[in-house]
Amino acid sequence: MTAPTTRSPARAAIAAKGWLGAHKWLLIRRAAQLGFLALFLTGPLLGVWITKGTLAASLTLGVLPLTDPLMALQAVLAGHVMEVSALVGVAIVVAAYAVLGGRTYCAFVCPVNVVTDLAGWLRRHLGIKEGLSVDRRLRLWLLAGVLLGSVTSGAIVWEFVNPVTMLHRGLVYGGLFTWGAALAVTVAVFLFDLGVAKHGWCGHLCPVGAFYGLVGEKSLVRVTASGRDACDNCMDCFTVCPERQVIAPALRGKDKGVGPVILSRDCTNCGRCIDVCTKDVFRFGSRFRNSPSDAPGVGGGAGPADIIARAS
Amino acid sequence: MVGTRDDKDTVSRRGFLAGGVRAACGAGLLALLVAVPAHRRAGAVALRPPGALDDADFLAACVRCGLCVRDCPYDTLKLAEAGDGQPVGTPYFFARDIPCEMCEHIPCVVACPTGALDKGLTDIAEARMGTAVLVGHETCLNYLGLRCDVCYRVCPLIDHAITLERLHNERTGKHAIFIPTVHTDKCTGCGKCEKACVLDEAAIKVLPTQLAVGELGKHYRLGWREKEKEGKGLIEGIIDLPDRMPDPPAVGPERLPNGGFKEFKP
Repeated sequence: MTAPTTRSPARAAIAAKGWLGAHKWLLIRRAAQLGFLALFLTGPLLGVWITKGTLAASLTLGVLPLTDPLMALQAVLAGHVMEVSALVGVAIVVAAYAVLGGRTYCAFVCPVNVVTDLAGWLRRHLGIKEGLSVDRRLRLWLLAGVLLGSVTSGAIVWEFVNPVTMLHRGLVYGGLFTWGAALAVTVAVFLFDLGVAKHGWCGHLCPVGAFYGLVGEKSLVRVTASGRDACDNCMDCFTVCPERQVIAPALRGKDKGVGPVILSRDCTNCGRCIDVCTKDVFRFGSRFRNSPSDAPGVGGGAGPADIIARAS
Repeated sequence: MVGTRDDKDTVSRRGFLAGGVRAACGAGLLALLVAVPAHRRAGAVALRPPGALDDADFLAACVRCGLCVRDCPYDTLKLAEAGDGQPVGTPYFFARDIPCEMCEHIPCVVACPTGALDKGLTDIAEARMGTAVLVGHETCLNYLGLRCDVCYRVCPLIDHAITLERLHNERTGKHAIFIPTVHTDKCTGCGKCEKACVLDEAAIKVLPTQLAVGELGKHYRLGWREKEKEGKGLIEGIIDLPDRMPDPPAVGPERLPNGGFKEFKP
């Protein structure tokens, strides 16, 4: 079947860089997601304990505590201050994502990403159009609701429905395979993304991702369109990007004197734009190399990409 | 904010397929969302691990990470599934499946990073996971007059949390009945009694303490307790009238040294 480029944004990149080159960051991400999961699974499967717990709170090699900061914040709002070990875990996690990019969690750690990526891929191949259009800021409102809900209910309220920890817990403790809530919630997210709203869950609703986005508001590691002058407006990056509104300001900002670094907190640092670009426009860099002169060359300017990006 | 975008290519096969998929996804999504709360399967009471905060506070603290479950050496603790009677992902155990073995060092509490299991609990005998109640007054073998005693024997706090109280067996008229009696101030709710009960359905069950134990009205005062607290009578100068005893028996017929009556003539 010959699919139009909108359905196979990596096609040109595969031709130019080979399949591996066009999927480098995708493969690294999948390896990272699998690797983080494997840390939790060696114990129950092989009896070799590396990391115990879930993404909500874990203990690695008996010494390294990691705690989901949103969880700790909800607990405080619900009236409970966690033990020191959990708070140390919060500090480590916040510090790491404040440097690496908050939503790097979404792209490299969160297991739901695999589910929604699959839905997104299937959506492109089935030719399903946008569907329900949801404001991307809705996740911030949802986050505010979660925090307020923790105050009013006196419970860590998001944990009653959180697909992130439910899926992870289901994988690590086996509940996913017993037709329980973990599977139901995971399939619900998949169906929502596939048939109801494009990039619906991760890109519009998930308050965990929204919170990590806020954590990484000023993060150091960023994707930069430092080669933006080579851009030929093929649109592949916009097609493949799960948060495509983040690209245009950096990629098309030259005329407005905007630097090449993607500064939006919504960017997940997934690196798919780097993969699918045949002109090597994108690369990982630091937020501080962001003067327009950090993208050398001449030309560029507004193209169709700009218009579509504004429309989304 | 929310709206649908019309598909332009409504006639194409792909469009038809996509529409079908979308409709199926929407229906499936709804089905899943209503299916989860509809789950019900537990008949037993899901008990919390030792040191768990009160129900309301517990859900403000527990992040459902399962570290307590991992460190439970007896696989007693599990994370709840929909329908187990506790919120999904929170730790619990069914006493009749695997009771709490009351580890001396309480590894589940040590493992808890959040304080949902209170680190203040260092003596497992102080744990209050629930309270055992002898619910089967008509089925308990001891109540029937036999000497089963199993719940009493397995109790880690034997003679403190469960004692055998002796009553007269009215049925036979000459035997004793030994009633297993739970003392709520000592029972930890570990569930070993419930696990060990030999009946098909346990006659002794661990219930959440607030369900298991009655509660006196706040205004109740038990006279004998108050007196004990005071160390003396509660009312000063109460007049203690002399007790009137039955009159001594009237002088009857004169007795002989062998116990017979003088007037008696066979």
